[in-house]
Amino acid sequence: MNPSSNTRDDQRDLAPGDELITDGDVASGLLGYVIGFVLALGLTACSFYVAGSDLIWKPGIPTGLIVLAVAQMGVHLVFFLHITTSPDSTNNVLALAFGVLIVVLVIGGSLWIMAHLDHNMMPMDKLMEIQR
Amino acid sequence: MSVGATASGMSGDPYKLGYSHHGHLEPGTDEATGHGEGGPASKRIVVAYGFWIFLLSDIIMFSAFFASYAVLSGATAGGPTGRELFDLPRVAIQTLCLLTSSFACGLAAIATRLRNHLWTQIGLLVTGLLGVVFLALEFQEFTTMIAQGAGPSRSAFLSSFFALVGCHGLHVTAGLLWLGTMMAQVFVKGFQPPILRRLMCFSLFWHALDIIWVALFSVVYLIGAYS
Repeated sequence: MNPSSNTRDDQRDLAPGDELITDGDVASGLLGYVIGFVLALGLTACSFYVAGSDLIWKPGIPTGLIVLAVAQMGVHLVFFLHITTSPDSTNNVLALAFGVLIVVLVIGGSLWIMAHLDHNMMPMDKLMEIQR
Repeated sequence: MSVGATASGMSGDPYKLGYSHHGHLEPGTDEATGHGEGGPASKRIVVAYGFWIFLLSDIIMFSAFFASYAVLSGATAGGPTGRELFDLPRVAIQTLCLLTSSFACGLAAIATRLRNHLWTQIGLLVTGLLGVVFLALEFQEFTTMIAQGAGPSRSAFLSSFFALVGCHGLHVTAGLLWLGTMMAQVFVKGFQPPILRRLMCFSLFWHALDIIWVALFSVVYLIGAYS
């Protein structure tokens, strides 16, 4: 088998993690990682700064942190894992979309249901009285 | 491309589903995304796609841990809260380690594409060393917390905290063992196709762990320490 991968076969589909560049084009590959690294560092710094400051409205901080986290995950996906919108990457994106759907259902559903259960539960002191 | 379409006389097939590069077109002239005549994808694609599916299922497993943490984060049973326990400077260093480690892993992937042994090994070594620093800091955090009486059995909040963060730590540990194996395999066997596929899967795994850590430091540490 040909040790140098990226045969013509591989340029029709993209494996996750692969980039659509040729072997000679190292500079653009390197640039992608550097851009991703800088963006991720910036978003991380923002998260740590926003969490401790009163730059944004206090009750909005958790939401702001989650937004920053989602943005950083997007940066990682695009620049490190190379999950992009290129037509060759369709399968990878669809699998990711399904994964995100399940993650949202699991986390959102758990929080929703548990908040309702919590709301409907008898206060703990009353519960103790009944059990006594 | 139009060149291919006219050559094959198939203008009634705008998406060229029936014509891949194995078909009638000049190689490299079509943009077919279908594989009517193309046959199965190469093993490299199949392996990486399968591993991507595994990673997504792993992320779904983590989402269950995140959900239980989110539900139980207030259930401190009179014990210490995240605000009292979390040491944010250490978390910042951990984050920096893992992020730089992911970057080094990407550089190793570029060196692998160039078939450069030395830089591949250097990249992987830096990746691994930063991973070790990350794990050491996490170990230090866990032992400090347990010594303060804030172990996993103290409250439901701490149980879910140790389960979630510990599960990520176990993944990093497994990744480091895999990394060591890959360095040895590259050293002994060189860049054979199976080794290249394993390296690709490893870098996917390592980047995915970094993504999970992003959710971890935001949701667990930052939100936990300030709210």
